[in-house]
Amino acid sequence: MSADVAITEAPPPPPRKWTSARVAGYVFSIFWIACAVSCVAYFAAGYDAEFVSRYLPRMIGGLWTTVWIVGLSIVLGAALSVPVAFARNSENLILAGLGYGYVNFLRGTPLLAQIFLIYYGAGQFREALEAVGLWWFFREAVNCAIFAFTLNTSAYQAEIYLGAVRNIPKGQWEGARALGISDRVTFFKIIVPQAAMIALRPLGNEIILMIKGSAIASIITVFDLMGETRLAFSRSFDFQVYLWAALMYLAIVETLRRIWDRLEQRLTRHLVR
Amino acid sequence: MTELFGLLAFGPDGWGDEIAAGLWLTVRLAIATLPFGLILGFFIALGVRSSEPSLQAACNVFTTIFRGLPELLTLFIVYYGGQILLQRLWGLFSDQYVEISGFLAGVIALGLVFAAYASEVFLSAFKGIPDGQFEAGQALGLSRLKTLRLIVVPQLIRLALPGLSNLWLVHLKGTSLVSVIALDDLLRRTSVAVGATKEPFFFYLVACLLYLALSVISAIGLDGIDRWTRRGETSRS
Repeated sequence: MSADVAITEAPPPPPRKWTSARVAGYVFSIFWIACAVSCVAYFAAGYDAEFVSRYLPRMIGGLWTTVWIVGLSIVLGAALSVPVAFARNSENLILAGLGYGYVNFLRGTPLLAQIFLIYYGAGQFREALEAVGLWWFFREAVNCAIFAFTLNTSAYQAEIYLGAVRNIPKGQWEGARALGISDRVTFFKIIVPQAAMIALRPLGNEIILMIKGSAIASIITVFDLMGETRLAFSRSFDFQVYLWAALMYLAIVETLRRIWDRLEQRLTRHLVR
Repeated sequence: MTELFGLLAFGPDGWGDEIAAGLWLTVRLAIATLPFGLILGFFIALGVRSSEPSLQAACNVFTTIFRGLPELLTLFIVYYGGQILLQRLWGLFSDQYVEISGFLAGVIALGLVFAAYASEVFLSAFKGIPDGQFEAGQALGLSRLKTLRLIVVPQLIRLALPGLSNLWLVHLKGTSLVSVIALDDLLRRTSVAVGATKEPFFFYLVACLLYLALSVISAIGLDGIDRWTRRGETSRS
């Protein structure tokens, strides 16, 4: 090996070919960029300080309504899903049948039809509801929306939790019994922590579906984000309010997705090598 | 009770035929969306898997948008936005008034959402196909397209079917949203009947049961298709 061996440089990487995938990728990317640019241009062209100051605060108020309606429904639905899951899992055939019917009715029919059934249906039973003192509740569209969402999400959540608990191998129960641990402690200290890992992702998806589904509350005159948007559109006929709403929904869903990724990382941190 | 069921009679004094017509529109809308959503979803999945970064990014933007937006909002954006866009484009040529059909808007909006979710299903199905299958295709001298068509897609369908079945059931319920843009689907026909008869509970319950029946029928059908795709496996067990 002499010192004057010519050091040959590596040849430059060959130019990237214009494959069909690359052409399609550029065209599609340019399409999105054009969409974004035209949205911005549209906002700029239609910018009207008075319009923004009139409708933007209302829409942010609507966003807040959406968040608390969904939050409340998810929490109440989680509470309701526990007895439903126990009924589904029960050995009593009548109870199991009722649980099955409840879950499949709510999962097999559109949320919009359920909300109509509750909101307009309650109006029909006004006398009966007044007699039992529940009319004040069903009179308000927002209560009916929360009620419908709670029932709906309780059915989905019951399936999620039941599926997660059933997914834990039987050996975990048997092992705990062999160690002389009571069933209660086994459930809360051994089964639930493992089931939580399995249930977390579907639960996150369910919350996202609920946020998106809550937009239909606007149809029964609840002024959530969608309701405020529709009101603003019907008054101004300015299409940009829908685009604002789209950005707000995307922002909440993306934020939630990020939070959920963090949560999952934390719950499964002992599995990372 | 009998007079309630009398309201469901077919003919001029019952609402049975109107509701049946609505049911038919719901079914047509759901089925019309399917090819558009499936094909678009498949190509989006291919795009996400491709090695070209720009295509990956663009396809990811697509799924993020249409999985993140409420279906109702997508529908409004397509319906009203499409109307405005079409009006502007058409206005370049003539000053006639054009109207976007609610059915078409429904097919496009629901199809976009369906495609976004279907692409996720296809992606996870692709993960179930070992790389060796692609490599074997290459070793046999098949072109990339032929490998895809002859080797990958037949297996992919079987792997994706459970996810797609779920998606179909969700989509079937999602069609009820088009009632908001004044398309005479099952739910809107029911609302019209409610307006005339003042029997909301009964009619909405009937609508719910009809949707449930559609779900049950399609679940049975999908089960049949699933068994058909697995017909080669049955002898093994």
